[in-house]
Parts: sequence; C-alpha cells; structure tokens
Amino acid sequence: MKFTSLLASAAIALGLATSAFAQDKTKVGFVYVGPVGDGGWTYEHDKGRQAVEQHFGDKVETVFVESVPEGPDAERVMTQMALEGADLIFTTSFGYMDPTINVAKKFPDVKFEHATGYKTADNVSVYSARFYEGRAVQGHIAGKMTESNIIGYIGSYPIPEVIRGINSAYVHAKKVNPDVEFKIVWAYTWFDPAKEADAATVLIEQGADVILQHTDSTAPQAAAQEAGNVITFGQASDMSEYAPMPRVSSIIDNWAPYYIARTQAVMDGSWSTTNTWDGIGPGMVEIGEISDAVPADVKEEALAMKDAIADGSYHPFTGPLKKQDGSDWLADGETADDGTLAGMNFYVEGLEGEIPQ
Amino acid sequence: MDLGEINPVLLVASLMVAATPLLLAAIGELVVEKAGVLNLGVEGMMIVGAISGFAISVESGSPWLGFIAAAIGGALLSLLFVLLTQIALANQVASGLALTLFGLGFSALMGQSYVGVKPPDMSEIHIPVISDIPVIGPILFQHDPILYVGIALTAAVWATLKYTRVGLVLRAVGENHDAAHALGYKVIKIRILAIMFGGACAGLGGAYISLIRVPQWTEGMTAGVGWIALALVVFASWKPWRALLGAYLFGGITVLQLNLQAAGVAIPVEYLAMSPYIITILVLVILSADKSSAPASLGRTFHASH
Repeated sequence: MKFTSLLASAAIALGLATSAFAQDKTKVGFVYVGPVGDGGWTYEHDKGRQAVEQHFGDKVETVFVESVPEGPDAERVMTQMALEGADLIFTTSFGYMDPTINVAKKFPDVKFEHATGYKTADNVSVYSARFYEGRAVQGHIAGKMTESNIIGYIGSYPIPEVIRGINSAYVHAKKVNPDVEFKIVWAYTWFDPAKEADAATVLIEQGADVILQHTDSTAPQAAAQEAGNVITFGQASDMSEYAPMPRVSSIIDNWAPYYIARTQAVMDGSWSTTNTWDGIGPGMVEIGEISDAVPADVKEEALAMKDAIADGSYHPFTGPLKKQDGSDWLADGETADDGTLAGMNFYVEGLEGEIPQ
Repeated sequence: MDLGEINPVLLVASLMVAATPLLLAAIGELVVEKAGVLNLGVEGMMIVGAISGFAISVESGSPWLGFIAAAIGGALLSLLFVLLTQIALANQVASGLALTLFGLGFSALMGQSYVGVKPPDMSEIHIPVISDIPVIGPILFQHDPILYVGIALTAAVWATLKYTRVGLVLRAVGENHDAAHALGYKVIKIRILAIMFGGACAGLGGAYISLIRVPQWTEGMTAGVGWIALALVVFASWKPWRALLGAYLFGGITVLQLNLQAAGVAIPVEYLAMSPYIITILVLVILSADKSSAPASLGRTFHASH
C-alpha cells in the first residue's frame, strides 16, 4: 500500500494522474512538509491519514504529496489535488497558510483544512494542537533533571507556535529550578537532519544536558545519544526508538480523530468553517511514556501536571508572569487568553536573546 | 552573550565534519563536469549512497563495508544517468533532475525498515602521541578515517587533472569532445567512467551523513547538500582546492553561526542563517576573478556521427 500511495503521489506531483477515480468516493488530500518517514511531524499526520482510510474503507480515497516546500510549489500541489477531484484537503504546515487561502478561493467547492495557521475562509478551517501544554510537562522534567542548568532548545522558525513552546517550557523549568538557563538556536528549517544534529551538538558542546527540539526529525536524538548523558524529548511523535535514554518522554500529536471527524463532516455535508485548538484534554496532544531514566518523584509530578492540564484545573500560562522586557503580562492567578497565545510574539521574563523578526 | 562558551578547538573539529559530505560530493561532480557532463542528480546519488551505506553497515556491522556499499550504490544509480545521457543521448539537465527525484523516492523505499536503527560506530583514528597534542591533536588527528579520505581525494583529483595523461585526456574530452574524438579518444567511455566516479563520491558523501554526521537513517536526510555541492563546483571554478576551501567555509560558517546563536551573540539570526551561503559565494567569486571558465563542452551531448 505504501508503494502504491508513493506512486500515486508521484503521479499527482507530475500532473500525470488520470481521472480514473470513482466519483462516489470521498477524496481526501494531504500536503506534507517533510517525508512521511521523518519519524516526527509528518509521520504523525500520515498516521492520521491511514486512520481515515482504515475507518472509512472503500468510501474514501486518500492521496498525499510529501516534502512540499512552503511557497509557490505548495500552491501548485494543492491546485493539482483540487483539479484531480479532492473533496477535502489538509495542508499540514504553518507556511502553507497563504497558499491554502489562495487555492481555496479558486475552488469554492473544495474544503480546505490548514494546520497551525490562523486564516480562515468559507471553505477553509484551521486546526492545531496545544503543544504548549505538553511543553509545560517537558519543562518541568527538564528543570528537575538538568545538572548543568543549561537547557538547549532547537527552534525551527520564530512563529507563535514555536515561541509558545519555548515560553511554556521555560516557565515550568524555571519554577522548579530558578538557576535554569535556556540556550535557543534557530535552525530555520522544519526538516534537515544534518543541521538539526549540528544544532544539538553545538548546544551540547556549550554545556546543555537537556535538548528540547521543535524540528521534525529524530536527528537531535541521535546526536544526544552519541554525546551520552544528555536527555531529550520526542517531538510530534513518540520517537520511542530512542527511549529510555536520551528520550525520556515525548509530545505526540494525535490527528486521527480530527481527520476522521472532518472527513465524516464532508461526507454528511455538515462541514463548516471551524477553528479547532485542542490539547491534552481532548487527546489531540498526548504525553509519551516517561521512561525510567526520570526519577519516580519527578515522573509523578509530571503526570500530576498532565492530569491537571487535561481536566482544565491548571493552565500552563497562569500568572503572575511578566514579559521579557519586565512589563506585566498576567496578574496573579490570571490565565492567558487564546488570542494572545495564538499570536504570541514575545518571550517571558528571564529568557535571554531576541526573537528574530 | 558569552563568546567564551565557544570552544574553538571543538568548533574547528566539527566544521571539518560538517564540510566532509559536501566536499566528497563536490569533488565527484567536479570530475564529471571536467569531462563535459552536467549531472544534476548529485542529491539523488547522495541519498541512495546514504541508505546503501546505512543498510549494509547495519547488516554487516562494519562501517567500512557500508562506505564501500555506498560508493557502489551511488555509482550504480549514476549508471541510470549514463544510460539516459550517454547511450540514449537524452538531455542531461532533465535526466539529472529525474535522477534526483528517483533517488529520493527509491531511497525512501529502501529505507523503510531502517528508521530508528542505530548504525555501528566508526571509531575515530587515534594515533598515540600526535593525537594527544593539545589543540592540534583534536583538530587534525582525531577524526574518522573518511574525513581524511575526503582530503586525500581532493589532492588526488587535483594531481591527476593537473599532472597526468589521464587528467589531460579527461579535460580534453570536457573542453572539445569532437577534437578528442578525432584524436582517437573514446569520449563516451571516458565520460561513463567519470560519471561513475562522481556517483561513487556522492554516495560516499551521503553515507558520511547517515553513518557519521547524524548518525541515523531518515528519509530525505541529505536535505539539499547535493544542490549546494553543485553550486560549489561552479563557484570553485572547477578547481579541486577551491572546492575544498568552499566546502570548509560553508561547513565552518554553518557550525559557527549555530555556535554564535547558542552563545547569544547579538547579531540578528536571519543574517547568521544566510551567512554560510553569502560568505562562501563571495569568497569564491572573488577568487574566480582570474577568468577561469567552464569546460567548453559542458552539458553538450556527444554523438560520433561527424
């Protein structure tokens, strides 16, 4: 099946696919930013796609194109998918935002779903997961476990989603370890294993013994394993092949229920523009098993925090919190509203360096 | 900001590692282009080399066998390019692009069962006494053997092109294939050998990424190094030592900018991120002011019909 879908995607990319598809099937397209075998972000989206196929069986047909650059190429791929008769297209990277809106204008009858963005239209919904909730748990474990008090963070692009993650991890690491310091490196890529490994190596050479990553491949895990005595967290996918060390836990994105629900909505004709942002509670964000490398008491605290976030009794951004420049952000007990979080473009107090603009 | 956190010895040592895949691929492509063939399939041959080397070294437990397999894998894939461009006389640009697309897909297929597997270690060479010299030891004498192979290969290609009859013939084929043919040299045969050499080098470069630099297998893991190698050959004016310089500059600044970021230097990150490209191009363009030009037959199809 993998091989046929590979062929299908190649055919789509070359614009050679014929319209030999049965009309009564609902056709769902997926545009991926990395290869489906990246072991992280795209891998999980593809698992969601496979779940859709499994759930609907013959009633649905899915196509995907992987490693689509964020830019004009994305527009071409989406246009091609729409021309090939896709009823619903998931575009799974932040950088596809404007291409999605552009293509959606040209195909008012096709439904689009853009991941992690904020622009909607009559036929464009957006969806994302509250990764920052998982980051809070990671920050807690990281702050407890670091011995050098230096935590390395590999950022992809300085967009709100990534900045939220950095802030959330920092707030919770700082809470349990006032001496903790974050070193942040921007890789300016979602997927480049060599560069991600280099970034991890550099951070380790500069004293970090915890590496958090917001890039898509497992390369930083390999670099940490090579260095020894460094802990990491799986990003987007469990990355359990690196457990119990260096990977001590992970954030897993579970898109399958959402993809199935939205496909169902298209089938029923009940699809409407929505803005979905789910976290640990509804199960869109999962915390991968915390390995034995983490002391039992830390593990317990982390799980307690996870449960508190899940049932809504704790919000990762609860005041008092200040912005980096020292100005007040959240008063004591106040929690951040979604609008601020969605557009977050500032560091919290204590983080060093500037966010690239 | 604390520059003291950057360890210059580790920095130089890791820049050499970062530069090696690029150097290997560039040296191979340089020979191919010197023979008058433009093979844009470097990226594809690298990624196939990366998975061939990875798979064989995992199965056999020997990184050396892995590297040999990577060279063979790259060379085998380049045979496809040979078939298209030298036998079927297809357009080289299109064939090269096709080779890259094919290589990326094919490697993904081959690598299905190798995701998340850890390859065997290639131990670093440790020569008693000289490897232990402070500063110089870690920089020059504590690397994996393939890194030295890269440098040796550069020297060998340079010497061969400049001083030997083989090099002269190769250059003749690249400059004017009709004249070379008239002199009785087997243009197609020489080009086929050059293309295979290029494929083998690209394969080695790819395996260096999957076995040493990262070390793991991930689909698409070469992430554009092949394209940078292609550009490097042009900017290096088809001169081996300049390709080495370019590769080290590029690798060096890539690592340096990450170091500067981690140390919190107050240079906007955007400039740091683009600096490897800009500085490498600048330096090599300035160096190439001596009007060295491309092989005259580069990219032209040869057929012994006239």
